[in-house]
Amino acid sequence: MSILKKRKPNRSRWGDLFVYLVLLIFGWFFILPLLYAVNSAFKPLDEIFLFPPRLWVSKPTLDNFADLFVLMGKTWVPFTRYIFNTVFITVVGTLGHLLVSSMAAYVLSKYKFPGGKAFFTIVVTALMFTPQVMAIPNYLVMTKLGWVNTYWSIIVPAFAAPIGLFLMKQFMEQIPDVLIEAAKVDGAKEVRIYFRIVMPLVKPASLTLSIFSILNLWNTRASNFIYNEELKTLPYALSQIVSGGQIARAGVSAAVTLFILIVPLLFFIFAQSSIIETMASSGIKE
Amino acid sequence: MGGEKDKMSAKVDQWKERKKAQASYTLKTIWKSRVQYAFLFPYALLFTVFFITPVVISIFYSFTYYNVLNPPEFIGLQNYINLILADDVFLISVQNTFLLAVITGPVGYIMSFLFAWLIHELPRFLRSIFVLVFFAPSIGVNMFMLFGTLFSSDSYGWANAYLMDWGIKSQVTYWLTDPAYMMGVVIIVVLWMSLGNGFLSFIAGLQTISQDQYEAGYVDGIKNRWQELWFITLPNMKPMLLFGAVMAITQSFSVGEVANALCGFPSTDYAASTVVTHLMDYGSLRFDMGYASAIATILFLAMILSKKAVGAMLNKVGT
Repeated sequence: MSILKKRKPNRSRWGDLFVYLVLLIFGWFFILPLLYAVNSAFKPLDEIFLFPPRLWVSKPTLDNFADLFVLMGKTWVPFTRYIFNTVFITVVGTLGHLLVSSMAAYVLSKYKFPGGKAFFTIVVTALMFTPQVMAIPNYLVMTKLGWVNTYWSIIVPAFAAPIGLFLMKQFMEQIPDVLIEAAKVDGAKEVRIYFRIVMPLVKPASLTLSIFSILNLWNTRASNFIYNEELKTLPYALSQIVSGGQIARAGVSAAVTLFILIVPLLFFIFAQSSIIETMASSGIKE
Repeated sequence: MGGEKDKMSAKVDQWKERKKAQASYTLKTIWKSRVQYAFLFPYALLFTVFFITPVVISIFYSFTYYNVLNPPEFIGLQNYINLILADDVFLISVQNTFLLAVITGPVGYIMSFLFAWLIHELPRFLRSIFVLVFFAPSIGVNMFMLFGTLFSSDSYGWANAYLMDWGIKSQVTYWLTDPAYMMGVVIIVVLWMSLGNGFLSFIAGLQTISQDQYEAGYVDGIKNRWQELWFITLPNMKPMLLFGAVMAITQSFSVGEVANALCGFPSTDYAASTVVTHLMDYGSLRFDMGYASAIATILFLAMILSKKAVGAMLNKVGT
């Protein structure tokens, strides 16, 4: 009964049924490849090469993971080093991106000052330039800075990714000016307003931004700017393992796909559930 | 004559003074906004170094012949002239990209919003599960490769196997190598991948609309979910709608890797060639960076124009 009582007053029962039906039918289509990837990781070799392929695994095994861990133990550089590289790049890159872009977004959304609007237009426009042709100019910039073969060549540009500023600015626009004015009357300084009032209110946006950033940095192969084996990233190292044998390592390859997916997947689930939890009752109020 | 000259110089003086006053006013407002500039500074600096500089250099390359090994050689508009007048594959690519943009842009955008909104209608504990289900295609790097198996050209590919089982077709279809089907398959896969960044911003945006507004809506006699959508939800979502639109434009115009991975490169008769695959061809295979940059610049202009058009349309939402 409690669920029925919670229903919004202006919703029809047939409409709700329709919503469930649509989501279930389409959802199947969207989740299919993820299910396939998860199942494949547990398939023995004969099932992986079964044709036509089957979605569900019938004799699940951990052999693929065992093989993967054996191969990881044989790399020239200790495998933990690759994991550290990717974790470091992802964590520092995401935190820096969050701070740098939300600070800029705060002043761009809540203040008018000469050049602000033009700057924002340029940022949004830059989002539309094809990244492939920027590789060589970027390399020139990195050489000038002496950042080739360092973590910074991956981390620092990620701080200023246009998508983050754009997202944060759009959400901060929703914050009523009254809130900021009131804080000022109470004597709060800008830094305090930014940390104590603005950032908590856009928590769903910060979490969404972190998802974008983590998906991007976690999967980065960083092969453009990094040549030192000790500095290579996890996706790069894993792709080296897989390319050791296309057929013989098909099982390992399936395990790799799942292995690399675990962290983004867990963070995604964590972020989505806290987006839904935190704002469930509050919302942005006038 | 002299009087007129004096008048003129007086006018000039006036104008100069006004400019001076304006300049000092601007300087004053700049000084007043120094805290704001300080907030903006770290981003602005990094953005200039890592985004504006490379874009400007690439646009400069588009007026040169540059094979990466020798220094760029200025050739004026030659790259653009060759692209438009002498490159048949580019024309095919433009047609395909245009088709992709016109179909997957709007459909992907509407799907993103629609599914985000429908998921928001669910009870809270189901929402994060369904967000994951619909975002799944974008969470891994090569998730779409399953479509290679699905549309495999022999009778074991899932699509062929089912169509022949059900007696709809009597022989296999070469989904990924027959020009008649290639673009269709690419469009389906791109649509399947279109619930990405825009979709997540809608999910987060729907969450920030205050419950009070909906409650006020019940009191004001909003009868059903459609009225609520149009009068409360959509007007509150305008900033996210613009964000989603820009995401949809960038995604739908820059389809390339999907086409390459599914249909191969070069695809049969270049039938699945897009502007971005053409760009990658010149940029990473033939090392003609000048030509590749010219392609990128044209694509850039096309996206800016469509963003302008979409922005104008979005201003009418909820009115």
